[in-house]
Amino acid sequence: MSGLTQAPPGSGSNSWSRRVSDLLYNRPLLLLALLLGPPLLWMVVIYIGSLFALLIQSFFHLDGFTGQVVREFSLATYRDLFTVAHMRILGRTAGMAAAVTMAAAVLAFPLAFFITRYASYRLKAILYLAVLLPLWSSYIIRVYSWKLILSKEGIISWVIGKLGLTAVLNWILDLPVIGGPSLSVSSLGLFLVFLYIWLPYMVLPIISALERVPRSLIEASGDLGARMGQTFRHVILPLAFPGVVAGSIFTFSLTLGDYIIPSVIGDSSPFIGLAVYSYQGTSGNIPLAAAFTVMPMAIMGVYLLAARKLGAFDAL
Amino acid sequence: MMSQIAIEFREVSRHFGPVKAVDRVSLAIHDGEFFTLLGPSGSGKTTCLRMIAGFEQPTAGEIFLFGQEVTYLPPYQRDVNTVFQDYALFPHMTVGENIAYGLMIKHVPRAERERRVAEMLDLVRLPGLEKRKPSQLSGGQRQRVALARALVNQPRVLLLDEPLGALDLKLRQEMQIELKAIQHEVGITFIFVTHDQEEALTMSDRIAIFNQGNVEQIGSPAELYERPQTHFVASFVGTSNIIGGELARQLVGEVRPFSVRPEKIRMVERDAPVPAGMIALDGQVHDVVYLGMHTRFTVQTAGRESFTVVEQNLDRTLADIHGQEMRGRPVRLIWPEGANNWLREEGR
Repeated sequence: MSGLTQAPPGSGSNSWSRRVSDLLYNRPLLLLALLLGPPLLWMVVIYIGSLFALLIQSFFHLDGFTGQVVREFSLATYRDLFTVAHMRILGRTAGMAAAVTMAAAVLAFPLAFFITRYASYRLKAILYLAVLLPLWSSYIIRVYSWKLILSKEGIISWVIGKLGLTAVLNWILDLPVIGGPSLSVSSLGLFLVFLYIWLPYMVLPIISALERVPRSLIEASGDLGARMGQTFRHVILPLAFPGVVAGSIFTFSLTLGDYIIPSVIGDSSPFIGLAVYSYQGTSGNIPLAAAFTVMPMAIMGVYLLAARKLGAFDAL
Repeated sequence: MMSQIAIEFREVSRHFGPVKAVDRVSLAIHDGEFFTLLGPSGSGKTTCLRMIAGFEQPTAGEIFLFGQEVTYLPPYQRDVNTVFQDYALFPHMTVGENIAYGLMIKHVPRAERERRVAEMLDLVRLPGLEKRKPSQLSGGQRQRVALARALVNQPRVLLLDEPLGALDLKLRQEMQIELKAIQHEVGITFIFVTHDQEEALTMSDRIAIFNQGNVEQIGSPAELYERPQTHFVASFVGTSNIIGGELARQLVGEVRPFSVRPEKIRMVERDAPVPAGMIALDGQVHDVVYLGMHTRFTVQTAGRESFTVVEQNLDRTLADIHGQEMRGRPVRLIWPEGANNWLREEGR
């Protein structure tokens, strides 16, 4: 009985929302535009746009007398960039990024492999948490903590002293390039902190790549006569390699662009990030800072092309 | 038996905690046999296959491969190969590399590898596809590549885990015939897992029926169909009318369960005479389903028991089929005593 007295669906208070949903249903393009509009606006105008502005800036140059930016196309800034001192900064940064990336891959792969293949459900959750937990605390605090850990009076030196290995530490710190007065002011220390800070960004993509390798492929390999090591080499590693590449893109580009860690740890020899920071700030040479910023992007571009040539994306 | 035993299970169990996936299964599979493990999902058939392959170990019992105990051997030390349900082709390798994988692992020289891969591709009727990637193949082609990849190693036993499950009906029927032909050609033991009873009946020399981790019955397709021993087998393989209790006493004079296949029963008029040696039961047509080749009737007896009867559509006219006059009609069911198949009494 009550059904007869009720208003038919779609009339009254909800007719307006119904009209909107009818309209959206009949015009899928309008729906698409509404959904994609805001992110596209953000990506194209703000993100790509600012990158483009950066690129344009790098082709302006600074007038040596007035200290004003000359807004005309020239390669003068790039001529400044390609000097020995600047190239040394680029080389140092790229070398550090490469070393951190390789070390991160070597450390992350076994961990990710254990988490995906062997850890129980509980242990898996705990290990995930252990990988992610550092990301919940402030990056600055972690970097400063490492300064204390690595310092001459820090816990590492103390443990090494207790183990009677101070001579070994001193011998390492006496080595050229990686050494320094103490771990916290050496390239080695800087490397360790970079490695610590970016490691999760390597572990997570490798885990997700390994999780996408079906168990049946591993069983098939064993079924066809392959022992564990052979299965790893011929099946697991090639299929997980895109994950390693994805992780390396993170660790490499993050190391390439970071300016806080090298300003806190290490022997204060400049890195790209520090150079950009000082050129755009202290010396007001925005074009040179912009040109410096273009370099990591160029390096990443070359890196991705090389990765593709190596077949890193074939198994995707 | 005249032929050698390829696979033997002795009281094999596989328990996952309280779940008895496989419970004290014993069976012997002869060399050169096409042997099917048939059962509903979760009945333990796939677990048995995986224990033969070595992907899983029994919690009790022993498994023998040509007389040699292999119960706890790793997969790579067993002379068996598997065709996986999802084919498990390596996506980063070409078809040729996939098939040659086992040979590459065994360090077979490249020239011989290539020759044998080409041979295998001929056998599965995909010549010249060495350079393709698995992603460029259709489901049926992947299936054949998986078969070639297993057979190239010349295993003594080939394990097939529901390999036709993902194919459409037409292709599946084609592959059924082809698999039989290939088995004939290579002459090795095939152990085939399926839940499709029709597929099992079509292809197998012998079938083991699995139910809840146990083997209910082992036999040839005809034995299983004509002489099922348990309620489960009688109703899982084909359709059966299962009769027991009071109705059994009324029809055959003793309380003992038996089954009758629907096609052995004839429907006649109520007043038709009952010939000697025939069993008769009166009922009413409750439902009629036209199935093309035949028509299936559901007949309800006075005691509210449902019987399924199948009749070939030999001279049924379209008017007969459309006309609903069969429904509700009183009929007499008659079948020869010899069609009765005694079932094992089950405590329940």
